[in-house]
Amino acid sequence: MSASSNIPSTGVPAEPGGEPTRHTQPEPRLTIGERSFGSRLLIGTGKYSSFELTRDAIADTGAEIVTVAIRRVELDRSKKSLLDFIDPDRYVLLPNTAGCYSAEEAIRTCRLAREMGTGSMVKLEVIGDERTLFPDVAATLEAARVLVDEGFVVLPYITDDPVACLRLQEIGCAAVMPLAAPIGSGLGIRNPYNISIIIEQASVPVIVDAGVGTASDAAYAMELGCDGVLMNTAVAGARDPIKMARAMRLAVEAGRAAYEAGRIDRKRYATASSPITGLI
Amino acid sequence: MISINLNGQPKEIPGDTTAAALVESLEIGRRKFAVEVNREVVSAHRLGEVILSEGDEVNVVTLVGGG
Repeated sequence: MSASSNIPSTGVPAEPGGEPTRHTQPEPRLTIGERSFGSRLLIGTGKYSSFELTRDAIADTGAEIVTVAIRRVELDRSKKSLLDFIDPDRYVLLPNTAGCYSAEEAIRTCRLAREMGTGSMVKLEVIGDERTLFPDVAATLEAARVLVDEGFVVLPYITDDPVACLRLQEIGCAAVMPLAAPIGSGLGIRNPYNISIIIEQASVPVIVDAGVGTASDAAYAMELGCDGVLMNTAVAGARDPIKMARAMRLAVEAGRAAYEAGRIDRKRYATASSPITGLI
Repeated sequence: MISINLNGQPKEIPGDTTAAALVESLEIGRRKFAVEVNREVVSAHRLGEVILSEGDEVNVVTLVGGG
């Protein structure tokens, strides 16, 4: 027996995402419902210091899908509107139900969004708690059922809970969007094992939504095998949002390429990279 | 005059006002918008048919930045 046989070669890896876990070949494009996209980064339009900055940062992320919120019209005619800067012919608008605390509010918000002609794709979020902005899982499931029945292409924000994701998939959601960490927290992927399990079980795209703080977080999500990443604060709140937009685009591309390439196994000891014969 | 609730604020309007006339008075211009009366969406092409009544709750919404 060699000394190395004492070292467990299997068991829990240091980190998940060692190998592709899906049974199918990686898809070159992100397909949601009947549409497919070249970019796997979905970007939010909130919190930028100006509409000009929103426009420029979003362009640099390379994103094709941008999230928007639905709010009461402000009765101030002088105010410019987001859509003066974000061309709905260039981007797919993904209206969210942010701020909704019940299934009913979220359903009404989606119906209003559809009336505005943004299409049938919606980001469903039903918030359960003001401090953490964690989703209300039961209310999210309830709203998803109604919205799927009404023909919406539903992308639900949800906890990193494999069972909740499975239920949403069974209901007919077009994707599942587990959080990496609380919205706007920048804490990164807090439970990569759960995200990996969600990916293994999924027959719909898995998009990490919320919690990404910097480029390595986005790359890590993609290396785990996520189909996409949705973020807002990480770009909008960066010191230089334009530069961070580019960093995030590269990170998502790099992470996806690494996932498709298939990383090497983790080993505890070195293996030489140079030939060990022919030494002087 | 009748009293309705528009976007969470009380508002007095003439008794025969349609939802279309109310929206027009807001001068929201080219902005995309959608209208809900008493929690039901009213399609753009039907706004002229809906005559508002005392106590109606009207929401006029648009798209804003969000994540």
